[in-house]
Amino acid sequence: MKIMNSFLTVLVMVLSAAPVFALDTIKLGVAGAHTGDLASYGIPSLNAARLVVADRNAKGGILGKQVDILAEDDVCKPEVAANVATKLVSQDVALVLGHICSGATKAALTLYKDAGKIIMSSSATNVELTKSGVYPNFFRTISPDDAQAMLQVEFAVNTLKVKKVAIVHDKGDYGKGLAEFAKGFFGKKGVPPVLFEGITPGAVDYSAIVQKIKSSGADAVVYGGYHPEAAKIISTMKKKKMKAVFISDDGVRDDTFIKVAGKYAEGVYATGPIDTSKNAMAIEAIEKHKKTYASDPGAFYLNAYAAAICLLEAIEKAGSTDSEAISKALRGTWFDTPLGKISFDERGDALGIGFAMYQVVKGRYAEVGK
Amino acid sequence: MEYFLELFFGGLTRGSIYALLALGYTMVYGIIQLINFAHGEIYMIGAFTALIAASALSMLGLDGWSLLAIAGLAAVIYSAAYGFTLEKIAYKPLRKAPRLSPLISAIGMSIFLQNYVLLAQTSDFLSFPALIDEFPFMEDVTIIRSSELVIISVTALSTALLTIFIKFTGIGKAMRAVAQDRIMAMLLGVKVDRVISVTFIIGSALAAVGGVLISSHVGQINFYIGFIAGIKAFTAAVLGGIGSLPGAVLGGLVLGWTESFATGYVSSDYEDVFAFGLLVFILIFKPSGILGRSSAEKV
Repeated sequence: MKIMNSFLTVLVMVLSAAPVFALDTIKLGVAGAHTGDLASYGIPSLNAARLVVADRNAKGGILGKQVDILAEDDVCKPEVAANVATKLVSQDVALVLGHICSGATKAALTLYKDAGKIIMSSSATNVELTKSGVYPNFFRTISPDDAQAMLQVEFAVNTLKVKKVAIVHDKGDYGKGLAEFAKGFFGKKGVPPVLFEGITPGAVDYSAIVQKIKSSGADAVVYGGYHPEAAKIISTMKKKKMKAVFISDDGVRDDTFIKVAGKYAEGVYATGPIDTSKNAMAIEAIEKHKKTYASDPGAFYLNAYAAAICLLEAIEKAGSTDSEAISKALRGTWFDTPLGKISFDERGDALGIGFAMYQVVKGRYAEVGK
Repeated sequence: MEYFLELFFGGLTRGSIYALLALGYTMVYGIIQLINFAHGEIYMIGAFTALIAASALSMLGLDGWSLLAIAGLAAVIYSAAYGFTLEKIAYKPLRKAPRLSPLISAIGMSIFLQNYVLLAQTSDFLSFPALIDEFPFMEDVTIIRSSELVIISVTALSTALLTIFIKFTGIGKAMRAVAQDRIMAMLLGVKVDRVISVTFIIGSALAAVGGVLISSHVGQINFYIGFIAGIKAFTAAVLGGIGSLPGAVLGGLVLGWTESFATGYVSSDYEDVFAFGLLVFILIFKPSGILGRSSAEKV
């Protein structure tokens, strides 16, 4: 019994001594769906974090310390995400990369906020996460859902000086969602839409709605939807000799649109993702993934790669793992990432990523603004 | 007033296309009491044929009206051949089967033809050349465009020719006889099979005309265009009274106008609600359609 007691004492001593050794590492929590239906969204982020950390550790770590990854699986479920957050906080992670799904991220955020932990997501696009202003500890390296509409509106109002706008959509989740965001933003800019209507995709022709746009006197049409209907509408507009500019989205920024609409596509504006395919860091990051995991990286890989870089660099810059200092560093620095040069705004949304405005010039989409 | 006229002609154009298709539905129904669900696909095949023919011909240096005429003719012949074959393969063997069987066969043919074009051509949208030139004298007219004028005129001409054909030719008379009583007509020596084939050929040719005109008007096609157009034209045929030729034309125009004015004066969100609401409304008061004759079930 006595032996047993002393053994336990030793054990307790050893265990309580463990955190002392651990202080020599910086713990990076990586939370997201690592199993289950949505694992394909979470695993690429975990892989990205591992590659970035390994790279960093090989170069001597950060502030002289090695970085340790604590991977936690939330299967994209809010209730599991809350448990994961509690666990990571109790293990005293410095930062968290995650979560993957917007719902899970939201559930975990309050816990991180109360514990004063910074969290950065590579894939949670829900608008409220940043726009609500409730979570100053949240950052992300992906555009929020309304980013395209925001860009369309800013471009229309600031660059094109649009005075009257007609918004048309295809009644689908994607098109209508964007159109409603655009409507809200135009309202805030003091250019309330003169027309807001949905059309039926696949209808025989759209001459009636085009006629309506014409009589509304709009000098710009914002269309939310895909290219077949956009091509029909723009060619009908041009054939009726209308001068209104046509601004659309990612669903139209497709070469098929130009092929189908032909000469009528000329001058059409469309937002689309910023091209990262020629970024040297992106090419390198993808090569690394192929070498280490023998497969192509999946969804949000580059976003997570960029997030991991930003987090580690921010610690370096801040000179400590203090949350205040890190969040200041994140907001005040431009980081070199596979997504290009990025920084973060007040709310935690990344600057320099996401969408750019393109215009059809001589039968090709050319970038005209970010 | 100008706005009203623009919507009026826009609706008339769309309605003309519905009418051309609805004629095919109504003729086939009148003769063999079959809803030919593959009719929309014949329209789509017509448009594809014209596109292929036009691409080939423009490489040979043809353009303008001759291009439209030859491409249109190719579409009409090819679609008519499809309509003829369709009947022989899918409907004739089922002539004596219960009425539900050819209906299922028609749906099957519709799916088959769609996928056949999808595989043989492409799933992408294709650009369709504007085969209808702008008239110089239409330069300053804003309420109606040249292609709309052509669509409306061609529809009017086709309908007139069809009426003359049905009223004054021998085969037209035979068609009317078969529509009234198939067995009696057969007993009196009318070649029923031939009459049915001719019906399919004429219906398919009209559908091809519609397909070529509208594709040239809107400038794009894909394998799926026949589906929605077919559903709308079928609605038009029922609205006007299925089995009645003037009814099909009237139904098509009424449907086109309803959609156009609903979009113009209310909201395009409710375009289909108005179209189908009108159908329900008319069928409540006239179950056999606007010009349909309520015929007692033959015993």
